[in-house]
Amino acid sequence: MSATILAWSLVLAQMMLAAAMACAAIRLVRGPRAQDRILGLDTLYVNAMLLLLTFGIRTGSTLYFEMALAIALLGFVATVALSKFLMRGEVIE
Amino acid sequence: MTRWFPFPLLSFALFGAWLLLNESLSPGHVILATILAVGGALALTALEPPGLRLRRPRAIAELAALVLVDIVRSNIAVGRIILGPRRREEISGFLVVPLDMRAPYGLATLATILTATPGTLWVRFDPESGLLTLHILDLIDETAWIAIIKGRYERRLMEIFE
Amino acid sequence: MTGAADLPAWAALLTALLVLLGAGLALVGSIGLLRLEDFYQRVHAPTLGATLGAGSILIGSMVFFSVLQSRPVLHEILVGVFLTVTTPVTLILLVKATHHRDLDAEQPATKTEAGDDRPAG
Repeated sequence: MSATILAWSLVLAQMMLAAAMACAAIRLVRGPRAQDRILGLDTLYVNAMLLLLTFGIRTGSTLYFEMALAIALLGFVATVALSKFLMRGEVIE
Repeated sequence: MTRWFPFPLLSFALFGAWLLLNESLSPGHVILATILAVGGALALTALEPPGLRLRRPRAIAELAALVLVDIVRSNIAVGRIILGPRRREEISGFLVVPLDMRAPYGLATLATILTATPGTLWVRFDPESGLLTLHILDLIDETAWIAIIKGRYERRLMEIFE
Repeated sequence: MTGAADLPAWAALLTALLVLLGAGLALVGSIGLLRLEDFYQRVHAPTLGATLGAGSILIGSMVFFSVLQSRPVLHEILVGVFLTVTTPVTLILLVKATHHRDLDAEQPATKTEAGDDRPAG
């Protein structure tokens, strides 16, 4: 019984996270300004990482954890680089 | 002791992170973690970071608990604003808070706390005038926000870091 | 679902609750990203998913694997520490960049216009 509840709530959680990723993707596409897109990308990364963690729980495999860590790292570096570019591109021309 | 561990906190964190990442306490991993801890700390000496002395572990625990409660509370508050009806009047805005704290690690911790709690956002800090600009999502009462930041966080951070 | 069937009921329910809570918070944050009106308001929204949302999914994952493998599985702490350290850095940098751009947009009378004026005068 409790295993069924867990299975269904994991599916529901994954659907919610997918919807969250869709929201972030819409913000990424729609903009309107560059910083909105970067913010959308950052949120997309965080949500993707959470989705991977739920995949890990669902399959009972810790392999997804490594992927989540890698995504978190990539997301951080990407957002910092983009923000830095935004600042430099405007301030120094 | 200080020769091999110039930054004991950092060494400890690296040691712990390695063992957690590998999920093992086998002698081989303990040796690797020790090498990483010593090497990482020695590498950091080349950067000459300002010294850090943590005081009053009780104040640290108190602050951590406070921040946890505040994160939960502000998550609920911001969630309500997002899901609530569209707001007519503009109530979010910038807030300038004069800070007395100058300790770099204290300021960094304050920035982390304020950004990690939804609803407050660190915009810029001018070290000369000590003026901190924040963006607040729910800016109804400016003096209340200033009192929260100065009384709740800054006082405790100054206790810990200065 | 490998092995979830032999999980005790309390662990399964606790994991389900924590994961649902985390996913819900992430979703609310992302909806806020869509719904709020200007950029500075929108920056507040994703923090929901990145702090409490991520925290509760990570704790759920820790509970699940620790009970499943009957030994403490704690490496999720690393993701949590990493997130709490990096989220403020990225957000502060992004807001700082935006603030610079806004200040530039407010006072456009700098380089380009001065350069344009010179040949005319």
